[in-house]
Amino acid sequence: MSALGIRSLNKNFGALRVARDVNLSLERGARHALIGPNGAGKTTLVNLITGVFKPSSGGVFLDGENITALSQAARSRRGIARTFQINQLFRGLTVLENLYLSVGERTRACGRLWRAAGAERAVIEEAMEHLDALQLADDALKKVRELPYGRQRLVEIAIAIAQRPKVLLLDEPAAGVPSSESHLILDVVDRLDPDIAILIIEHDMDVVFRFAKRISVLVAGAVLLEGEAGDILTDERVRAVYLGEEAADREARRG
Amino acid sequence: MSTLNSIVSILFDGLAYAMFLFIVSVGLSVTMGLMGFVNLAHGAFAMAGGYLVLTLTGSMGLPFPLALVVTFVTVGAVSVPFERILYARLYKAGELDQVLLTIGLAFMAVATYTYFYGPSPRTIRLPDYLMGQIDGGIRSFPVYRVFVIAIGAALITVLWYVFERTNIGAKIRAAVDNRRMAQSIGIDVDRLFTLTFAVGSGLAALGGGLGIQLFGLNPSFALVYLVFFLLVVAVGGLGSFKGTLAAAIILGVCDTFGKYKFADAGGFIIYAVAVLILLAKPAGLYGRE
Amino acid sequence: MAGNSSELPAAGMPGKSGQAAAMRARAVAYLANRQRFRLIEGLPWALAIAAYFAFPDRMTFGSQILLMVLFALSLDLILGYAGIVTLGHAAFFGIGAYTVGLMASRLGWNEPISGLFAAAAVAGFAGVASGALLLRYRGLTLLVLTMATTIMLQEFGNLYHDLTGGYDGIPGLEFAPLFGRFDYDLYGHTIYLYALGVLFVMFMAVRRIVHSPFGAALAGIRENVARMHAIGSPVHGRLLTAYAISAAIAGVAGALFTETNAVVTLGVFDFDTYSAAVLVMLILGGAGRLYGAFAGAVIYMVLQDYLAKLSPSFWQFGVGLLLVLTVLFARNGLIDLFDRFIALLKRTARR
Repeated sequence: MSALGIRSLNKNFGALRVARDVNLSLERGARHALIGPNGAGKTTLVNLITGVFKPSSGGVFLDGENITALSQAARSRRGIARTFQINQLFRGLTVLENLYLSVGERTRACGRLWRAAGAERAVIEEAMEHLDALQLADDALKKVRELPYGRQRLVEIAIAIAQRPKVLLLDEPAAGVPSSESHLILDVVDRLDPDIAILIIEHDMDVVFRFAKRISVLVAGAVLLEGEAGDILTDERVRAVYLGEEAADREARRG
Repeated sequence: MSTLNSIVSILFDGLAYAMFLFIVSVGLSVTMGLMGFVNLAHGAFAMAGGYLVLTLTGSMGLPFPLALVVTFVTVGAVSVPFERILYARLYKAGELDQVLLTIGLAFMAVATYTYFYGPSPRTIRLPDYLMGQIDGGIRSFPVYRVFVIAIGAALITVLWYVFERTNIGAKIRAAVDNRRMAQSIGIDVDRLFTLTFAVGSGLAALGGGLGIQLFGLNPSFALVYLVFFLLVVAVGGLGSFKGTLAAAIILGVCDTFGKYKFADAGGFIIYAVAVLILLAKPAGLYGRE
Repeated sequence: MAGNSSELPAAGMPGKSGQAAAMRARAVAYLANRQRFRLIEGLPWALAIAAYFAFPDRMTFGSQILLMVLFALSLDLILGYAGIVTLGHAAFFGIGAYTVGLMASRLGWNEPISGLFAAAAVAGFAGVASGALLLRYRGLTLLVLTMATTIMLQEFGNLYHDLTGGYDGIPGLEFAPLFGRFDYDLYGHTIYLYALGVLFVMFMAVRRIVHSPFGAALAGIRENVARMHAIGSPVHGRLLTAYAISAAIAGVAGALFTETNAVVTLGVFDFDTYSAAVLVMLILGGAGRLYGAFAGAVIYMVLQDYLAKLSPSFWQFGVGLLLVLTVLFARNGLIDLFDRFIALLKRTARR
């Protein structure tokens, strides 16, 4: 039984079909990349998996359980975590508090209104452990908006990891990070728990090559190809899709 | 009163009220839809327009229709520095800030007008041809209300034409739909906004002038009627000409119905209708989510 | 449970575990410190008690200020902390006021303290009911919905003016002595201390809630609700809880109004006197700062008292101007200005 299963997923916004009959399966410990040209619907797919959108038809399954009707929060509590392509952090709060919220909501500590926040030692301990693991501990008491973007991106990932997910969806984790710092992000991704099923959206082929064991190619909302990383990366059709994209870019720049 | 008479009366008076609501609110709806800016000082422009019409027809002896036109142009023009100097600073701010700033301006306006004009309600002396009744068979209709409905209809036609058939209308609709996209295809949204804001404020002033005969005029008009303008805008949907019209008619007629059937107690019907519509369609009848 | 990526070998870094432990201690201290009582927090209470001795002939006015502080505090919870903008908070104030008024006039129950509990319960219940319906909305829609439902409540009250006394109110209310012993003397001394006591208790309760993990979740919802959904927070449930508590406290403020004025009219649902005024007070003082409610309410009420006597339009103009200036230049209110002033002093002292 797969950790995450997507069956015949369709999503229409009026006449616009953003997901066409998508099938995807992630095993425990999967390292699966989702690639495709801009506007192919990769982030939309993540939104469908996490529950931001409900599908027009089809189903999402977690460990065999049908979670299609569940809210975002309910799916998250069952073990799905995600990062956003553009950081979604609590910018006015400290790094520690960002992690505190992730751990606190997961452990239900945040439902307590009479205890002091500082008395939740277990939550604080765990938050700090996650920060240690990502070498963010020194920034713990800084406000997120004071950090450089690269380190903010690490906080973004830390929040997702702190949910102790079974399935982790990373939406272009290195996006917007200066190339001098991107290795930090990638090292973290490398070191993620081998039991977690990970789906990573990426544009950078080097990252995909380094990280993915299986790849799905999404074009115009539909899965064009899926298979072993090595096979996909050398497949002619994939090159055509990306060459097509490059050619279109060149045209646009010329004209 | 026979049932037919009642129905006709409710529709007629409701329509007159609806025209007033529409004329004042349409500017608010379009500017809110265009810039996402919550302007609670809009009622103050209506109030100011009322006092200007009063002064023009009173001490300056201008004919009523001319006074309306002059008021429209003057208040519209005067609103531009407000927009450029004050409002523009808060376009990026949260809606709470906008609410607070504009309420503060509204308070200042009401206080200023109370100081200069006094708090007592004023009435307007209308020209003779606008007084009296027209025989409409079933009942006679006050000329003035017919006049208001006529002006409303004329404005609706003009505005409809501008919105649906002109270049500028298309630009406005595009910018309301997706501001960033509109900017990226070269539409100067800021200038467009200043223009719509000016026209909207001018219309509010015009509406205020029209409303004197219907409701009387005093400075607290700016705040008391603000609630109704907001109801119309929210129920109609931000940025929508059709929505404002639909909402104005529905709410205008329902309010009139409530007051006819239940006297003072009927005042809550307009709120009940608005709440029910908003619960079902939070973005308004023609709003976009 | 899967996912235990927190254990990493800190390879080749001696002393790292000592550093890590130090950082953890700092983290705990940081959170613990935030809810420790600071000396300066005693200031508003000291001032309130000083006022008791300094202005013995203005005690009735003083009680009104205190209950408005409480009302502003209730709004701070939902607006300053959770970030929900509402223009209809007077509904709960009015419900609390009428609970006490009706209990006294219809049921003959006029024990003041149990009146507070009853008001809190009824208003809290109203908060749950309206919150369940309305908190799904935001922005203009929520502003209009909250404003409209409160006005409707007022209109309903007018419909049943036999019950509510309409805008003239329920006259001739009398309340039993506090704790069966303290009578309400003519100059309102007992009333003032009573209001101060109630305010103190409620304030400490809100302070506790705000510094709890629940309070942290509210801050999270305010800062980034999308993120909260994504980490599994039951956002709607959290907001509903906060809204209900806020409503209950507003109800207590309303109850105090009736008890201290011995009258209740439909004016308690007024938009400008209550819903808008309390919003202005909170912004003036500083939202999300707890003590902002104090600062804002005091300034507003004192200014109103002083300026309105000169001329009502002076007052209205002044409030409008103050509001505009605050939004443009002192967005986080007086408390924030005060903080920045203190920080400035500290910096100059160090040099």
